[in-house]
Amino acid sequence: MSDDETFDKFKECAVEVLQVPADKVTREARFAEDLDADSLDLVELVMALEESFDVSVEETELEGIETIGQAFDLISAKL
Amino acid sequence: MLLGIGPEGPVAGRRVAITGVGVVSCCGVGTEALWSGLNGMPPSGERRVPGFDPEQWLSSKETRQLDRFAQFSVAVADMALADAGTLDADPGRSAVIMGTGVGGLGTLETQIEVFVEKGARRVSPRLVPMMMSNAGAAAVSIRLGWHGPSETIITACAAGAHSIGHAARLVASGRCDVALGGAAEAGMTPVGMAAFANMTALSTSGNSRPFDIRRDGFVITEGAGALVLEAWDHAVARGARIYGELAGSASTADAHHITAPIPGGSGAAACMTLAMEDAGVSADQIGHINAHGTSTPLNDKAEADAITKVFGASAPPVTSTKGITGHGLGASGAIEAVAVVLSIQHALIPPTSGYEQPDPDIHLDVVAPTARPWDPAPVLSNSFGFGGHNGCLVISPA
Repeated sequence: MSDDETFDKFKECAVEVLQVPADKVTREARFAEDLDADSLDLVELVMALEESFDVSVEETELEGIETIGQAFDLISAKL
Repeated sequence: MLLGIGPEGPVAGRRVAITGVGVVSCCGVGTEALWSGLNGMPPSGERRVPGFDPEQWLSSKETRQLDRFAQFSVAVADMALADAGTLDADPGRSAVIMGTGVGGLGTLETQIEVFVEKGARRVSPRLVPMMMSNAGAAAVSIRLGWHGPSETIITACAAGAHSIGHAARLVASGRCDVALGGAAEAGMTPVGMAAFANMTALSTSGNSRPFDIRRDGFVITEGAGALVLEAWDHAVARGARIYGELAGSASTADAHHITAPIPGGSGAAACMTLAMEDAGVSADQIGHINAHGTSTPLNDKAEADAITKVFGASAPPVTSTKGITGHGLGASGAIEAVAVVLSIQHALIPPTSGYEQPDPDIHLDVVAPTARPWDPAPVLSNSFGFGGHNGCLVISPA
């Protein structure tokens, strides 16, 4: 899977969980400020990503994750 | 409405005006749908709310994060407030009391399936805030920015009456100038339906026939109702349309059995008597009773006995709107309070659908088969819940 394809799949999860338009899901987008996502949204998103990419993310790995790009890098490093 | 006993005797509270109503029921969304439904034929098949689109009130994200019962809560609160007009109330003196019977049962069931199929790590972090029974009251107060009491009363099928009674007393006492009182239920889930069926509470014939000799259980439904309750002087000062007065309420317990009403209905009778005392009206001033009338053999007999005990042979005309709506469990008292307001507004008592063959052991003037015109007078609205919880409201014309 190319990086673009992986990001598209990632974006699908974000759109579904956060209920935001796809064009707002950019690498630079910040969860709280740009996507109106709270801490529970983030947990839900990570669960959806774990399911979709068949990976496992520990709670401690989420510390400091503030943007879509950071979350994407965390997931893609596990693929 | 009384606040308690002072050194000089009973202390009367401020008068409480009903200035807005909102409802969703199996008749549809809104009061017009309910009123035409109550005066028509019973819906066929399952009595779910038709045409309910939560995104009429909520964003897609909010919809995703609220159980159906909390979506109903927001919808009826919004309808009631729109109906009431501009309140100009202090948010710190505005309350939300929204009851329920089972809360977010549907969300719980879904997440138990997730737990079983996918394991503990996949259980939604939203489960707790979605299933908790206070999620409806919370969603409404957050949406409105109201900082007064925001509470949930859970007394099974009496939750609606108790919530409205509590909300009214917050206004009567002077703690609040405005209170939303109501309840919501969305318990028509696979496990919920199976549980009610297995306890033989549901009608096996699928007919809701309150007080009829052939009644064989209730028909389950879902929905919600809410009233805007407002200090009378506050309502008059802003030129509000006043539907009526929430004049009295009472609460008692059968203290008898977890599901069966006490034979003879002494708990219900005491509750009706206390509600009338609270309202300062006598039995002969009550012009109509909106009965709990679930269509179960035990409830309808015990309730009829209780009414006869309180009113004697001259009981006012009785109707059970559950013939049409079915039984909305925790929401039923709130939906019926809205039905009472509409009965006053239209000067018409809707009929008890399904009542055709009288039960010789029930001595009531049941309104059927057609609606009955009347001169609106104080109405008693009854609600009785599993657990032996009794709640009665007195709603008077303005």
